[in-house]
Amino acid sequence: MQLDHLPLNQIAVIRAIDWESLPDQEGHRLRALGFEPGVTIEALHKGILMWRDPVAVRVGRMTVALRTKVAAAIDCELSA
Amino acid sequence: MTQISPLVALVGNPNAGKSALFNALTGARQKIANYPGVTVERKSGRASFADGRSIEMIDLPGAYSLDPDSLDEAVTRDVVLGKLEGHRRPDALVIVLDAGNLDNHLRFALELIAQGLPTVVALNMIDLAERDGLRLDAQALARALGVPVIETVAVRRRGLEPLMTALDGALKKSPVVIEPVATSFGAQNQRARDIARAAIISETAGRQWTRRLDAILLHPVGGVVILLALLFLMFQAVYGWSEAPIGWIESGFALLSDGIKNVMPDGLLRSFLTDGVIAGVGSVIVFLPQILILFLFILLLEASGYMTRAAFVMDRMMAAVGLSGHSFIPLLSSFACAIPGIMATRTIMDQKERLATILIAPLMTCSARLPVYTVIIGAFIPASSVGLGIGLQGLVLFGLYIAGILGAMLAAAVIQRFVTQSRTSSFLIEMPRYQWPRPGDIAINLWQRAWVFLRRAGTIIFAATVILWALLSFPKAPDGSNVSQVEYSVAGRIADGLEPIVRPIGFNHDIALALIPAMAAREVAVSALATVYAIDAADEDAAATSLGPKLAADWSLATALAFLAWFVFAPQCISTIAVTRRETNGWKWPIFMVSYLFALAYAAAGITYWTARSFGL
Repeated sequence: MQLDHLPLNQIAVIRAIDWESLPDQEGHRLRALGFEPGVTIEALHKGILMWRDPVAVRVGRMTVALRTKVAAAIDCELSA
Repeated sequence: MTQISPLVALVGNPNAGKSALFNALTGARQKIANYPGVTVERKSGRASFADGRSIEMIDLPGAYSLDPDSLDEAVTRDVVLGKLEGHRRPDALVIVLDAGNLDNHLRFALELIAQGLPTVVALNMIDLAERDGLRLDAQALARALGVPVIETVAVRRRGLEPLMTALDGALKKSPVVIEPVATSFGAQNQRARDIARAAIISETAGRQWTRRLDAILLHPVGGVVILLALLFLMFQAVYGWSEAPIGWIESGFALLSDGIKNVMPDGLLRSFLTDGVIAGVGSVIVFLPQILILFLFILLLEASGYMTRAAFVMDRMMAAVGLSGHSFIPLLSSFACAIPGIMATRTIMDQKERLATILIAPLMTCSARLPVYTVIIGAFIPASSVGLGIGLQGLVLFGLYIAGILGAMLAAAVIQRFVTQSRTSSFLIEMPRYQWPRPGDIAINLWQRAWVFLRRAGTIIFAATVILWALLSFPKAPDGSNVSQVEYSVAGRIADGLEPIVRPIGFNHDIALALIPAMAAREVAVSALATVYAIDAADEDAAATSLGPKLAADWSLATALAFLAWFVFAPQCISTIAVTRRETNGWKWPIFMVSYLFALAYAAAGITYWTARSFGL
């Protein structure tokens, strides 16, 4: 399931990230912020009004905001 | 024998509490300058060991890695590697780690330690980590990293002494030469996570304040309402809270002026001091309270962690004009002053978005416009209420801010579409935990801002005021002439040339005159008007009354509104133009910026004037 479709407040693990689909800079910053396969994440909040974009995601003990377009490149799996 | 004291750099991820630690270690005596060759702000200060030996400390811009994404990060890398020309390499590093965020921050720490400089790690914000249910083993961490690890709480001054002692010890050891290990980003991350896991003694679900607050402040509807309410409160406060202190400053200057009049004989020197210096500089310093209130709000929003939430809330709307939430922070800072705003664009990764943000930053209503707005609004808009405790004057001011924002949004859309031709923008940002801002840190920052403003008033504004006074005072109109002194002077004659150009937009001769020195800085327009009217006054009593009533008597409402509209857009600030040139490496973009803004200002003033006239104002 792509991160932008992940239901809120449910723990998930990153399965894969499609680095190719991301512009270099965004991929680089995403890595620097700790997004990697195997990392536990949780979608916490979604953007305002009807857009529901960007999305705030917990990565480890950090919260990161990213646009749904980038979130779509992150494939994850709900933890049982 | 004099010895150069060691240079120690504080380095770490953004939001690790680096600046708070820097303030705690160096106290209020800090120097702000720029790094050589770049406009990144360099904060330095002195810290001392227990025995009194002192070191120079610098606060490097926050970074996520030594492989930079932004200009700020590039400076951090260059300083750490000793590659920044004209800047010596630090003798030691203090790596500031957010204790509550080890798994994400340790990777950068490993990268820094691998540089082989004497290093001490400050495990900062340990109290917040404990509040969040995290217990850490600093000793285990020190063993894994191979450098001393000291627990600190910068805001409570906890752990500072042990930190300095460890730093002293590290400096005394000879630097280790470490073979650079080429490891992949992923491998570094893995190692960082392993070390972090080993250092955690226990982990329980703590009180999740940040998460609960975010549920409210990032609420899809409530979050927007709260942000707008905050901004509205901020602008109302700028007006409401400043009334009393402004009164004190005004009476202070009036006393000073009267004092001089009592002890000095009437003459050129007395006119220079009272009409020139006191009237001019005084009319600008009077706005210090408003500027401080505005900065206070911005500093509080930043220190509490709310600023990135505001960026989150605004991102989608900014995206509509080709920008992102990243631009929101520099643009909000530009409400205080476009210069720090333009400098804050360095954190924007996308270069096209950065350029567009720089070009529209001067449209945000900076504090220098407040003097102009306040005088005109005070003179022409009645201080009545429109209900619900909202004053008409405050409402008009709010409208001017909105006009600037709408102008900026329109300009951004056009610029991103036709000038930079950017297709996408991006938004990717860490949202720090909420924190109570520490009064001491806010006070230091506020003092630094006030000082910058007063220095400006003391230099640029003083110089412009003196030159203008001279231009207005010479040559002297002959006695018994029916031409007034203002018309007769050099400035009057220059304004004669400018007047036909601005006449169609409703500006009179005095405005044409005030616009010339206001090129230096917008607020000079007020002191220029004050000088013009003080000198033109027939007697002392008339000169003693304040500027507002004089303008109200002299200008039509249509002219006053056109004057306001002009200042929403006009790029009248030499410093902004200079900083744009530096940040964009050339004259191309500042010239573009000045041209489009003057064109907008002329059009807006014209439309306002003729619309108002058609309503018979």
